[in-house]
Amino acid sequence: MTGHNGQRVLEVHDLQVRFGTRRGAAHVVNGISYTLDAGETLAIVGESGSGKSVSSLALIGLVPQPPGRVTGTVRFGERNLVTCSSEELRHVRGNDIAMIFQDPMTSLNPVLTIGRQLTEGMQLHLQLDDRAARRRAIELLDRVGIPSPDRRLGDYPHQFSGGMRQRVMIAIGLACDPVVLIADEPTTALDVTTQAQIVELVDDLRRDTGMGVIWITHDLGVVAGIADRVAVMYAGQIVETAQVDALYEHPRHPYTQGLLGSLPVLGQPERELATIPGLPPDPVHLPSGCPFWPRCPQRLDERCETERPQLRDTGEGNLVATFYEAKPASEAVS
Amino acid sequence: MASYVVRRVAQALVVLLGVSVVVFALVHLVPGDPIRVSMGTRFNPDAYEALRARAGFDLPLPVQYGRYLANAAAGDLGVSFRSGDPVTTTLLGRLPATLSLAGSALLVALLIAVPLGIFSAIRSGSKLDYVATVFSQAGISLPDFWMAILLILLFSGVLGWLPPSGYVSPLADPIGWLSHLVLPAITVGVVSGSILTRFVRSSVLESLGEDYTRTARSKGLHERTVVTRHVLRNALVPIITVTGLQLAYLLGGVIIVEVIFAWPGLGQLALLAVQSRDYPVLQGTVLLVAVVFLLINLIVDLLYAAADPRIRYK
Ligand SMILES: Nc1ncnc2c1ncn2[C@@H]1O[C@H](COP(=O)(O)OP(=O)(O)OP(=O)(O)O)[C@@H](O)[C@H]1O
Ligand SMILES: [Mg+2]
Repeated sequence: MTGHNGQRVLEVHDLQVRFGTRRGAAHVVNGISYTLDAGETLAIVGESGSGKSVSSLALIGLVPQPPGRVTGTVRFGERNLVTCSSEELRHVRGNDIAMIFQDPMTSLNPVLTIGRQLTEGMQLHLQLDDRAARRRAIELLDRVGIPSPDRRLGDYPHQFSGGMRQRVMIAIGLACDPVVLIADEPTTALDVTTQAQIVELVDDLRRDTGMGVIWITHDLGVVAGIADRVAVMYAGQIVETAQVDALYEHPRHPYTQGLLGSLPVLGQPERELATIPGLPPDPVHLPSGCPFWPRCPQRLDERCETERPQLRDTGEGNLVATFYEAKPASEAVS
Repeated sequence: MASYVVRRVAQALVVLLGVSVVVFALVHLVPGDPIRVSMGTRFNPDAYEALRARAGFDLPLPVQYGRYLANAAAGDLGVSFRSGDPVTTTLLGRLPATLSLAGSALLVALLIAVPLGIFSAIRSGSKLDYVATVFSQAGISLPDFWMAILLILLFSGVLGWLPPSGYVSPLADPIGWLSHLVLPAITVGVVSGSILTRFVRSSVLESLGEDYTRTARSKGLHERTVVTRHVLRNALVPIITVTGLQLAYLLGGVIIVEVIFAWPGLGQLALLAVQSRDYPVLQGTVLLVAVVFLLINLIVDLLYAAADPRIRYK
């Protein structure tokens, strides 16, 4: 299936992931729901450990079970990817839904040529023969900006720089013309200039192919330019989601406000980002009620500590899970 | 790649030179007169003088070392104080027994360790994994002489299927050679295999948890392909190393097992040489074992380079 712009390609409903650990059940993803349309970029933003990677790995069945346990629905076309057979899922993976990962240094196999790593997926899913796969691999490498691609197919990952490896990863992701591309912090391990190039490359590719992109990041600054919508994750829940402009102009969740308050300022990009006091909760001992209350600067009363706020519409385009009623943005962000 | 090989061979030669100094010093570190000591109560003035002259003990040490080195390079490792036979001939005579035991024991070890290690890694936490862990723990902690005795009691005593000990040349009697080989090979192979099983398991397990394995899975490859193409290729490097070390250890002589099975290998020879203070033979054995060790290390490094492009291109 290929998406026409605006057509719904992915529908996630009440996705939950738990891990059995020695200390007890770790509630890592706690009922998240979102949708993705063809040609759209959805950014999932949150601190380290908020469950961004686990929730996206869960989409394509890459959470190890056991110790993991995934429930909820991930509707992709006719299928629910949470319950379909592993064989069906395998046909979706890499073919319809592709994923690129954070660390290009470790995500490529060091002992196989990049040609091999590029072609194996197409040979499997598109049934290309060696020559056709090779031709397509060269086209893809060329498309992602690898110079003289025909001569690089026999090279090994360690012969590429970090940025070039991430381009190779992207080429691998695109190998079978996916409908959805999940990019799990693909720029975190790269320097700032390279980051910008990779962001731009993925955005170009999205425009060309009409694929939907889920862009995971802990850095709101990275996605400002390319995201259509943003979902802010905290402790395995989506605490706020909105069109990107609405989110930046009037963040309604105290956590989002904190994140935006901690954005780097132009001219001092190295400024320390974490300015929200405290640490995210331990997924084995989630606080009752709103998961953010122990750190929340706007905490109201016992209600925050006992009742879990559900996403509600603020009427300005934001869906937000907090009992706190925001004042106009100018007053809310101090 | 070619320069890598040259560099590794040169390194091996330097190490070998160092080993030769140590081996040479062995005789001269013994307090007193080594020939006198080695003859003990069997002292005989004529034999004593002849051996002294032949060994060149009256010359200055550096000259003696030079002579020793030159002779060794030409394949002459001196004569046994005990038998008067050339040491080189004695060592070569021991090689077939040593090679057949080491080779077959390694084969047994790999036949156990590779499948068991891979499956217990893939099914880590399962019953099979548990059984494999218990097995390898037992294999590592049971003394080999005890296992040897149990095997002899069972297969030769109770069942009478196999000879309890001894060695027959494969050229003279291949079937006899094999039947004598089975018990010592199993004894040594099981111990070696238990050690290797753990290494195979842990390196496969490590590779299974790597990011590139997740990438391979994200492509929708069959799990079979993920394991054989992505996981095992990477797990191979540490496995090659440990297998090489095990082989070197086996070739160096498994003294206790050789003694129990009356197996005329290098280990037994070394023991005899120590017991009778036959220094030239001891020197020769140590030198040969060192050469074998270096050779295997060299081969391991070359295999390493074949398995891992990052080494090849450095
Ligand atoms: N196999 C597992 N068993 C137990 N806990 C796990 C497992 N995998 C992940 N977790 C836990 O899930 C939580 C979320 O992890 P996840 O990798 O999704 O975070 P993230 O939001 O992607 O963070 P980052 O920005 O650092 O990548 C972490 O607390 C982690 O310890
Ligand atoms: Mg992550």
